[in-house]
This record gives sequence, C-alpha cells and structure tokens, in this order.
Amino acid sequence: MRFEPREHVSVLAAVVAPVAGVAAALLLCSGLILWTGESVGEAYWLLLKGAFGTKFALTETLSRATPLILTGLAAAVAFRAKFWNIGAEGQLYCGALAVTWLGTGMITLHPVLMIPLLFLVGALGGGAALLVPVILKNRLKVDEVVTTLLLNFVILLLVSYLLEGPWKDPMLMGWPQAAPIIDEGVLPQLVAKTRLHLGLIVAVAAALIVWLVMTFTVWGYEIRAVGHNAAAAAFSGIKINRTIIRTALLSGGLAGMAGVTEVAGLKGYLTLDLSPGFGYAGIAVAMLAQLHPLGILASALFLSAIYVGADSMSRGVNIPTYIADVLVATSMLAVVLSVMLARFRIRFS
Amino acid sequence: MAVLEIVGVTKRFGSLLANDGITLSLAEGEILALLGENGAGKTTLMNILFGHYTADEGHINVGGETLTPGSPDAAIAAGIGMVHQHFTLADNLSVLENVILGRESLWSWRQDKARGRDHILTMARDFGLEVDPDALISELSLGERQRVEILKALYGDAQVLILDEPTAVLTPQETDSLFETLRRLVGQGRSVVIISHKLHEILSVSDRVAVLRRGAIVGTVKTHEADRDSLAELMVGRSVVRPKAEPMAPGEEVLRLDKVSLGAAKLDGIELSVRAHEIVGIAGVAGNGQADLASVISGLARPSSGRITLFGEGPVQLTPEGVVAAGVGRIPEDRNAIGVIGAMTVWENLSSEDIRRPPASRGGFLLDKPAARARAGELIEAYDVRCKGPDAETGLLSGGNIQKLILARALSREPKLILANQPVRGLDEGAIAYVHERLLAARSRGAGILLITEDLDELLALADRVAVMYRGRLTESYAVGDVTVPELGLMMAGQKLAGARHAV
Repeated sequence: MRFEPREHVSVLAAVVAPVAGVAAALLLCSGLILWTGESVGEAYWLLLKGAFGTKFALTETLSRATPLILTGLAAAVAFRAKFWNIGAEGQLYCGALAVTWLGTGMITLHPVLMIPLLFLVGALGGGAALLVPVILKNRLKVDEVVTTLLLNFVILLLVSYLLEGPWKDPMLMGWPQAAPIIDEGVLPQLVAKTRLHLGLIVAVAAALIVWLVMTFTVWGYEIRAVGHNAAAAAFSGIKINRTIIRTALLSGGLAGMAGVTEVAGLKGYLTLDLSPGFGYAGIAVAMLAQLHPLGILASALFLSAIYVGADSMSRGVNIPTYIADVLVATSMLAVVLSVMLARFRIRFS
Repeated sequence: MAVLEIVGVTKRFGSLLANDGITLSLAEGEILALLGENGAGKTTLMNILFGHYTADEGHINVGGETLTPGSPDAAIAAGIGMVHQHFTLADNLSVLENVILGRESLWSWRQDKARGRDHILTMARDFGLEVDPDALISELSLGERQRVEILKALYGDAQVLILDEPTAVLTPQETDSLFETLRRLVGQGRSVVIISHKLHEILSVSDRVAVLRRGAIVGTVKTHEADRDSLAELMVGRSVVRPKAEPMAPGEEVLRLDKVSLGAAKLDGIELSVRAHEIVGIAGVAGNGQADLASVISGLARPSSGRITLFGEGPVQLTPEGVVAAGVGRIPEDRNAIGVIGAMTVWENLSSEDIRRPPASRGGFLLDKPAARARAGELIEAYDVRCKGPDAETGLLSGGNIQKLILARALSREPKLILANQPVRGLDEGAIAYVHERLLAARSRGAGILLITEDLDELLALADRVAVMYRGRLTESYAVGDVTVPELGLMMAGQKLAGARHAV
C-alpha cells in the first residue's frame, strides 16, 4: 500500500475533509455511547440541544468559544512558522495578570478608551511571556517546546503567589481572588442577562485580521516561508530571527487577549481557575482547523459546543461528561486522517 | 548465460509511465551500463529490481528463478547488492558495524565481529576496497564511504552489484579506482549494473550499454561499437550540443576576497578575484569548503577574518538581502533545500528575493499579488519554466524546471556578479545546455561569474580561469588552457600544481 500525492486538491475537498473527519469521529464514539446502554440518537440530540438548543445554551457555547478562538489563533500563527508555542495557557494568564494590574483601579478612562487599552496591555503581557523562550531559541537554539510548556507552570505559580499574597482582594475574607475589574473596563454584554460579551466580537475580528495578515502581507509571507523552509527563507534574504520574534509576539499577544476576555468579560476578576486549559485546547482548535485562521472560528465553535453540550447531555442521560474529551480527541485523529486522504491517493499493489 | 533477466517490466506513477515494458538481461561477468537522462526511469527500474517498488506488469528472473516482487530481503537473498546514489550509512557507527548491520540474527546474544572483520578484510584485499574496518563513517572521505557501501552490498555474497550514479562524489582518480574494483569483480564472475548519465565513464568501464528514454529502452549497444555522440543522441533523442565559452576580454573586478577565513578551518585564507566578462571556475571534491565559500558570498555566513570587496566597494559585510540588492545573482547548490520553498507557489518563489519591493509588494508591507503573478507569468515564459502557471506548487516541478525558476529569479535582475554553485547537478542534457547558454549570455552582457562545480567537463567548457579547493584552501587560479584534467584531479586530491605536473 502506498500514498501518492494528488496534484490538485480542490477547495471543496479541503473544506469537506475536516467535516467528514468530525462525522467519522461522532460515528466512532457512538460505540462508546452504546456501551453505556443509552441511545445514540438521544445522546447526540441532547448534546446538540445543550449546545445550541436555547438562547442560554447558544450564548454559553459562544462565550466559551471566545477564548478558544484566540488561543487557537495563537497556536495557528506560531505553528505556521514552525514555532512550537505550547505555552498559550501561561500567556493567557500573563494577559490576565496585565489586565488585572491595569484594570483594577490603577487608571480609569472612558470605556471606549479603557477596553482597547486593556486588550493592548493583555496582548503585551501575553507577548512578553514568550520573550524569554524566543530569545533562548534564537540565541542558544533552546527548544521552545520545553521552555514554553514549562513556563506555563512558572506563570501559574506566579499567579497563585499574587492571588494568595499582594493581589488578594481584601474584601473577600481569604478567597484567593484578585480585586474586580473596574466598571469602565468590563466588557459589555452582547445579549442581556447572559454571559456573552464583547470578547466574541474581538475574537472574530482577530481571526479576520490574522487571516488578512497571513494572506495579504509581507509578514504573513515571511511567516509561511520560515515555517515551510527556514534555510530557503534565509537564503532569499528573510530575517529568520526577526520573523520568529514577530510571530512569537503575535502568538503570545493573541493568547494574552484570551486572558482579557476571561477576566474583563466572563468573570470580572482574576482567579486561579480562570482557564480550564484554554491554552492547551487552542492547539486542538488550531490543528482541527488546519491552522487556517477562518477555519479556527468553526473549530473553536465545534470544541466549545462539544464541551458545553456534553455537560448538558450528561444531565439528561447516564453518560459522563468525559465523553467530550473522547469526542474531541477522536475528532482530531479522524480529521488528521481525512485531511491526509484528501491530499493523498492510496494505491494498493 | 544470463544471471539476471528483466522481463516486460512496466511501472506507472499516476499518469506518468516510469517504466514501459522493459526487457533486459545481464550476462555473467558483464558490466552493463544503464544510460539515461534524469527522469528516464533508471532509478525506478533499479528500485523495482531491488524490491523497493513493485512492478505493475512483468517480472524479474535471477539465476533462472522468478524474484518475489516488492521485497528487498528476497533481492538480497537472491544475491543482488545495491549501492545507492545517496549513501545509507550510519555516521556514528564504524565501518564494520555498518557492514554487518541487519545481516545478523536478531536472536543471537552477541555480534560476531571477528568473523565480520575477517570477511571485510578479505573482500577489501580481493577487490581493492581498502578501508579500516574500525574507522567511524564520519571520519571517512566520500570515496571511502562509497567503498563501505560496496563492501556492505558484497557482504551478503552478492553476485549482481547495482551502482546508482556511483561517481557523482568522486575525484577522477577515485573514479578510476572504483572502475578497477568493478573490473576485478567481474573478473571473478560477478556481474555489475552501473547507472550513469556521464558518457565518458560509461564508455571507459562498461561492456554493454542500454539506453533508456522516457521509460523505455531505446537501444542496447556493445560499448566498443559506440561513441560519445551516438550515445548522447540516443539518450536525448536529438543531438544536443553543450555551448562553449568564446574568449572575451575581462573587465573591471566585481568581487575580491583577501585572506578570507571562516571558522576553525572551513575556509583558510581564501584569495579570489572575479572580473566582469569572466567565469572563474572552482573545482574540488565535495566537502572541501566550496559550500562554505558559497555561503560567505551568498551572505549566509560571516567570515571570521579577511576582507571582501564587492563591485569596487570594500570592505563589505555581506548579507543575503544586501548582496541581492547590490546586484548579485545566486544559484544555490541544493535547489530543493535552500533554492526554493517547495510548499509555496511558483510566483511566491519567484518573488522571494524582493518580496519587500515592487512589484511583489507595495510599501514594503502589502503583497501585490496580481503584479507578482503577472511578473511570474513573464518569467515563466522567458525562462521556459514548464508548470501549470504562477500558482502551481513549486515542489511538484521537475528538477530542471526548478532550476530554471531559480535562474529566472537570479538572472532577470541582470546581476553584475553571479554565484553559480553546481548549477547543472542532476539536470538532463537539454537542461544543462540551457543553463550554460544562460550563464554565457550573462557573461557576454558583462557579468562576472563564480562557477563552483565538481563536473570537470562543465568547468573546462565554461571557465576562463580555474582554481581548486582542498580542505578549505583555494589554489591560485590558472587560465583554463594551462591545466589538464589529470593535473586538476591531483590538485583536487591535495597536491600542488608543481607536484601534480611532476606526477603526471
């Protein structure tokens, strides 16, 4: 059995392949649902209803997708340049720290200025978290997988220290939680009496902007060139180190913005359980989307729907919420496979 | 009698017919040369023979029995040994370990190194393959590594030895010694298939030549009845004449290197001058510093000492974007690894050296795709790059067309200095003639050209002056008529010209 590359892969095939992969994953997981003795149809119906069935469900799914879009973009941008940023989780918390530092009373501006400013410092915070790994990589060729991954724990411990110590909200009788973001800095709700906030618009805009940058600018060209073949890029005069720094700042900045949406949008204050692993899930989002910035909108929504829907489903039928993790993992494998089948033809000899 | 018969072998890759009903037999004690351009199907055929691929139709008989298709193990068991074009040795293991690798039972407790060493020494003596069994591969020259490859192939008592482009990395003297080994092998009743596109080597070593073109055998001739021109015409399908440089008066100096060194001893005190209307050839065995010299002039490596003068200005620090902007056209040695980005499109690769300037972009930031595509279309036309258009994926192009793309990128800006590093390596005759014509046209226009090559035919046809690199040092340069091929060969092995004169 051999694989032959197809000379031409149509746009349609490139879009259909991941969708087919997800469908295959749902089919595979129905085996597990059958095993529990529940009805497959009912389980998936409840999952779908739990994710999109009501106004509440829909807004929950969208608000959960918001940070996933941003961390997914963070991973996609970095991976395009083959800069393996596994530290979006830490960068998200750095963005959250920056926003808490500036947004809890240090300065007060009109929301029209305050909110952009918060996103800016959050992005700077996230980008700053990548400075050390990127400098170590460029100067000493230290593997960024190791540094970015381990920095996650360092940053989380820093957050823990700040929340237990100097930044602990004195009004809260000992909860490890920072002071709330001032009213001018809180992201407005998009739908009244739900948790859906302005962050979604920012995240969707970020995806559009990243797509434009990657497709229509010299920066995007250089990021792609460095990712595909750094030696050839260097030969043609592209500055590799500069491109990687730029990519890292963009990637860390996007992850930092996810920290802003969670602190200033969803929760209103910084806690140690701000992110249930959005930084890591962003890698799955990016991979499912084949690193395409617009595809990330779909894959972030998919992941978020699975998690929100599975919560709701587990209340209706006797299936644990862990099915969500299995669904996401199976989807990733199936999408990798289906995309490969779209690109290659299998020959049996 | 035939030790090996290939009967009606056909192999398709998608729409490409790589082998088309090939029937061929190899007699005992014979050296058969398989001649053909790149892409003619030589390597495919040998891979079918060795079991890497399975033929769509046809079969192979060895010693009268049909070989199990698709199994290298079966090929080895039947007595076929293969020496690949790209060596398949583990650098961090010794010669002995490499040779016995994979030939021992998985279930034995220890390696029988003593027996292996004896066997290697016997073979080395019998066939003139001198090499220290305990040396690490990484310490060996390319010629020695090839001897190890041959020992490895012979270790399983191969009766048929297949060599794929074996002389690509050898000096003329090493090539002679390889051919001596092959003659000894056939003298003992073994048989050899040698794949090559170098006509003079085939004429000197083989008994019979089979010529492949577009996947089919177009002729089989006895070597003593053939000559260079008839073989070339058979191989290409029409007569192709490689251009030769006409004498021309050199102009102003465009590049000068004074005592340029790099690293510990990668480059050691290089003195070099290239003038307009002049082609300076650098000969040498691969790995003697040519790649480092090319890196320095391309702007990729910064010399540790010395002075570089470019277009009369110096000393200058060279960077890739700096040399391109100053007017240097560069043809890199490895077109796939650093010449182009295979996963990107033809227009993106054609624009890669001036992506921050019009027409590729506006304001150094926004890509101007329509303009870049339009220019790519013009270059594709002007340089005859065969592809589906500016949006074709570059990696899907043939080697010759990728090289034309690189020529288009490097030469279309009319550079005043051209660095051509192995510009025709792996290209077929038609493409070689094309590249040489383009280089000579650039020279007539007034460019100075630094031509780094391992192909002495190319060097002698194009260069005005030649110098030889050996272990990071560059000899002084000689007018091309003042040195002979054997002298160049000895200089490539490290002898001084005076000594080389004495020895020849």
